[in-house]
Amino acid sequence: MATEAHGAEDGGLVFHPMDQFIVKPLFGNGDVGAFTITNVTLWMALTVVCIIVLLVFGTSRRAIVPSRSQSIAEMMYGFVYKMVEDVTGKDGVKYFPYIMTLFMFILVSNFLGLLPMAFTTTSHIAVTGVLAMFVFLAVTILGFVKNGMGFLGLFWVSSAPLALRPILALIEVISYFVRPVSHSIRLAGNMMAGHAVIKVFAGFAAIAAISPLSILAITAMYGLEILVSGIQAYVFAILTCVYLKDALHPSH
Amino acid sequence: MATETGEVAKESAGMPQLDFSTFDNQIVWLLITLVVIYFVLSRVALPRIGSVLAERAGTITNDIAAAEDLKQQAIDAEAAYEKALVDARAEAGRIVGETKAAIQVDLDKAIAKADAEIAARAAEGEKAIAAIRDSAATSAATVAKDIAKDIVSAVAPGKIDAKSITAAVTAKMKG
Repeated sequence: MATEAHGAEDGGLVFHPMDQFIVKPLFGNGDVGAFTITNVTLWMALTVVCIIVLLVFGTSRRAIVPSRSQSIAEMMYGFVYKMVEDVTGKDGVKYFPYIMTLFMFILVSNFLGLLPMAFTTTSHIAVTGVLAMFVFLAVTILGFVKNGMGFLGLFWVSSAPLALRPILALIEVISYFVRPVSHSIRLAGNMMAGHAVIKVFAGFAAIAAISPLSILAITAMYGLEILVSGIQAYVFAILTCVYLKDALHPSH
Repeated sequence: MATETGEVAKESAGMPQLDFSTFDNQIVWLLITLVVIYFVLSRVALPRIGSVLAERAGTITNDIAAAEDLKQQAIDAEAAYEKALVDARAEAGRIVGETKAAIQVDLDKAIAKADAEIAARAAEGEKAIAAIRDSAATSAATVAKDIAKDIVSAVAPGKIDAKSITAAVTAKMKG
């Protein structure tokens, strides 16, 4: 669709803010099959490499007095560990590696997506949807395994007046099933919107009179996007912790 | 993008995110990525960082404990020093007292001995004086008798015997 858009707007301003999100094969122009090596593969692989460099090679010296990279790795560890412990309590700490995996994947993907010409894997609803469904299913199954039918107490607000409880239960059930939707769209939407807006500003840069303003706007948006990248990874992780807490302690 | 016919609907939507034909690809690679990250983190990175943090916490705790220990030792040493000082003072006081008492005893003994000696000497002296006085008195009597005999024999030779002269002189001297 990129080529068609080019043809249609020949001579005028050309905006292709969504082209950056196209999934395409890395080698050749064939169809995108399940195991085709695509730009998704490339950027996810880079994410893995970055995480390994930071958390494995960065800490290889196991120094008591940490180096810079080890400090960063320890800070990440401490940050997520404290978050899991604070939100879910002591018994939630054994799920820390899963939440750390989610947090590191989203954080590094978000930041890698900010590189010029990069592909942002977390801007795709397919990716965030799988992450959110993974959290949703894990939390739901865990809730029933840990608490049996007592997990349904999550929907029965015992502190509310009896007459209101069925209504509240309905609302709670709906909100429970909306969780994965909001969880995934929040992340993908934030990433996509920011990147698209930067691309739109970049398109305006073609007009000489506006270009300084455009560059200024891109710079400002880029700063905002850096903030959003960190915050969205944090939000995803802390909401996962909150859901996990619901599964472990369903009583309000 | 790939096939002209299948792409029409997606192109009108304008969002590659909603291009369902790429979903399986993304999901497959996402799952592989997540599994790899999970194993790297749970097998290598997290235990290592956790152990480093625990080790550091342990080191800090040990150092603080060692510092506390040393501080306690210093306090103990100071107390021992103070105690030694007090003991030494008490010991010194005791020794001074003992020495004083010993000296006093010696002194008393010496004074007593000296007094006794003085008394003995004084008694001896008195005896000597008494003896001298006695001998002086005897000598005076002898001289007086001799002189009296000589005088009497010169004045009246052969008339008065020596015995009566001696008795007369003795009676005179007593008087």
